[in-house]
Amino acid sequence: MIRIGIDVGGTNTDAVVMNGTEVIAGVKSATTADVMSGVVNALRDVLAASGMEASAVDFVMIGTTHFTNAVVQRRDLAQTAAVRLGLPATASLPPMVDWPEDLKQSIGNHAYLAHGGNEFDGRVISPLDEDELKGIARDIAAKGIRSIAITSVFSPVSSDFERRAGAIFEAEIPGVHITMSSDIGRIGLLERENAAIMNACLRDLSAHVIEAFRNAIREAGITGKFFLTQNDGTLMDASFAEKFPVLTFASGPTNSMRGAAFLSGVSDAIVVDIGGTTSDVGSLHKGFPRQATIAVEVGGVRTNFRMPDVFSIGLGGGSHVVETDNGIKVGPVSVGYRIKTEALIFGGQTLTTTDVAVAAGRASLGDAAKVSHLSPDLIDRVQAKIHAMLEDCVEKSRLSPDPLPVIVVGGGSILVDGPLSGLEVIKPAHFGVANAVGAAIAQVSGEIDRVYALAELGRDKALEDAKQRAIDAAIAAGAAPDSIEIVDVEDVPLAYLPGNATRIRVKAVGELHAG
Amino acid sequence: MPVEGYLLKEEDLVPLSMGAALLGTGGGGNPYIGMLRARELMRKGAKVRVLPLDALPDDAWVAECGGIGAPVVGVEKIEEGGECYRAVRAVEEAAGVTVSAMISAEIGGANAIEPIIAAAMAGLPVVDGDGMGRAFPEVQMTTYMIYGAPASPAAIADDKGNVVVFKQMVDMFWLERFARDASVAMGAGAGFAVAPMRGDFVKKTSVPGTVTQALEIGRTILDARLKRQNVVERVVEATGATLFFTGKITDIRRELTGGFARGEALLSGIGGWAGSQARIAIQNENLVLWVDGVAVAMVPDLIINLELDTGEPLTTEILRYGQRIAVIGLPVHDLMKTPRALEIVGPKAFGYPELTFEPMAFSNTQGRERRA
Repeated sequence: MIRIGIDVGGTNTDAVVMNGTEVIAGVKSATTADVMSGVVNALRDVLAASGMEASAVDFVMIGTTHFTNAVVQRRDLAQTAAVRLGLPATASLPPMVDWPEDLKQSIGNHAYLAHGGNEFDGRVISPLDEDELKGIARDIAAKGIRSIAITSVFSPVSSDFERRAGAIFEAEIPGVHITMSSDIGRIGLLERENAAIMNACLRDLSAHVIEAFRNAIREAGITGKFFLTQNDGTLMDASFAEKFPVLTFASGPTNSMRGAAFLSGVSDAIVVDIGGTTSDVGSLHKGFPRQATIAVEVGGVRTNFRMPDVFSIGLGGGSHVVETDNGIKVGPVSVGYRIKTEALIFGGQTLTTTDVAVAAGRASLGDAAKVSHLSPDLIDRVQAKIHAMLEDCVEKSRLSPDPLPVIVVGGGSILVDGPLSGLEVIKPAHFGVANAVGAAIAQVSGEIDRVYALAELGRDKALEDAKQRAIDAAIAAGAAPDSIEIVDVEDVPLAYLPGNATRIRVKAVGELHAG
Repeated sequence: MPVEGYLLKEEDLVPLSMGAALLGTGGGGNPYIGMLRARELMRKGAKVRVLPLDALPDDAWVAECGGIGAPVVGVEKIEEGGECYRAVRAVEEAAGVTVSAMISAEIGGANAIEPIIAAAMAGLPVVDGDGMGRAFPEVQMTTYMIYGAPASPAAIADDKGNVVVFKQMVDMFWLERFARDASVAMGAGAGFAVAPMRGDFVKKTSVPGTVTQALEIGRTILDARLKRQNVVERVVEATGATLFFTGKITDIRRELTGGFARGEALLSGIGGWAGSQARIAIQNENLVLWVDGVAVAMVPDLIINLELDTGEPLTTEILRYGQRIAVIGLPVHDLMKTPRALEIVGPKAFGYPELTFEPMAFSNTQGRERRA
């Protein structure tokens, strides 16, 4: 199976060609303003480097920050109606109540509250009122809004109301885009609703972007299927991605961590991805990034996505190195993509971390003579500082007392040498394009998050039911049934609820069905 | 009602909820939703005055109200908005009195904000004080109940308009039981109010000044962050807390018994406590702290976990392996330390028969020496 993985980042578009589990070629090229021509260039370059025919490519997997950036920069967002089902409950806080004002205005602030919703145990808060929904539909149609986000209270427990409301809107407004919160998020009404609304406002853009990716791939002569990677490191096919663009949020760090696991052959580790300006640090558990437990903000909006628990520090290959009264200061200022002109070894005027790595003899890049004047004492102190910064991150990311290895990837990997916090450091081959590798090897997943009454069902049966639902979801997403594994099981007892209510979250993943 | 105290401002709500989360000692529910609800009301023009306890006339009637239910429901089935307000109106009617102020049952967590919302809707002030000075899991664990407030009439109200009045309750334990069952029938999220209390009783039995205390703790945290100072140190200085331990969580054990999440967090010392071990017993709130096998703080004193770098108060359900935390202790108010109170909120009441309550050390010298 020949796969191409592409990671479209803010600075670089990286691409790799893989034959089965072997990396044939990897290239880095500049991300272009229109994104698409950068993808065309990356595809052309990586095919040339691999010596592979375009017609031999089975799958193309793309990781992109395009949709995250659209929300962060408030551009290309569609007018969106946010419909919540739950009255009389939830009336105290309308949809988008805690959004930044500019983002709210850029999608029109069209909020509707209607009857519906469920209690935690599945009972109905109030029955769906079809006439009420038809009235809302007429208002939405009159305003010319083409995308609707529907959120019903406790829809992760029962999504029936969201589906029925969606069907009513589709009948009343033919061709309207519907996003249902139960397809996207989990318990936590405002955060799930926020994600659904963000998804809805990206629907026009996603149609456009997915079509552009499709054209870029066709232009390169590739006839294989293509996928986008989502925030949990698994795949969605192009038509699914078009409906759920919000699921691409944070796929970048996830891809580099997954790529690191694959390239090193290690599935439990701490991953340090050192770029030009920042280092992202996170922890791998069974080959997947550990998920964040607290609300994550995107563009100023709280969400409860399955986001990797990654944090960044201002240390990269382009970080400024300055001597101050308080000792050596490294970053957070960086020359970024201008490293090729501004770093000392490339004839520039700025002392960067890469210059120090070259002076220390750890990398052969640029002109080493231009850093031969640096004193061994300075070099030692800078290296000690970098080491201390990374050790601090590694300590924060350690999620178990076991002596896990540290996998170092990204273009700035030359900064690291030797163990961190006494942990073995692994620098795998192709470390510079780990993110594109992570995209190429992405699997497909199914996840469920439900509240079970253990008093009725018993813990074993509840877990069994949750696992089966997760497996079914993975198969529906395109996983080969015999490759599916349960990778995560979490059960959290819920205080104050009767019947030993427990929230169970299960995730299953499998290899992409080759057929 | 005298015009004293101060008006709450919109910008007070974030620090107030942060301080309330800290006083929640790991429980009490997340005040985020309540903060937003109060903000919405204020943006629509509602004004709430914080009334000092001693400004309360002896013959004024005060309503104690708050949310009752499960924290997980609180983040999903957001309130209709008038739940507590309707419960208060119901107890007024049942008791045949008119209340002139609201007060919080527990300042720790989400219930710091509920009376403010009810007060905003009723156009009444909220009294600067509460019935715990922290968070506790059950209805009878307030100073009011401990010192003889009647267990009835009480009322519970849901989002749909159902209001149940508990006309005659034998004691506060029965009230807890019936109220808990009714709250589950209402979807495990409801507004609750107990019998109105007279001003003289409230003045005698309240933990005083806790609304202002929460507000100032929150302001301290936010100010320290803004100035990039050590947040934990600033909180310790500002509150007179004792820094008991800094460490990294090495294990978290959780189980469910009788509807309550019980658990234990194990910590390995860092900084001044390198080489030491600590253990925290949890049941919704942090109950007991042992350092190197010695119980150094226990309920009802406040045991608070702060994220070491940010000073963010951590609720028990988000504790996880690897977090680096500071464990600080605040002495609970004397009203919670009498033999009568300890029967209800002491270590024995929480299932630690081997522990006899010892007040935590007031002095901060241990922490200072350790850091030096």
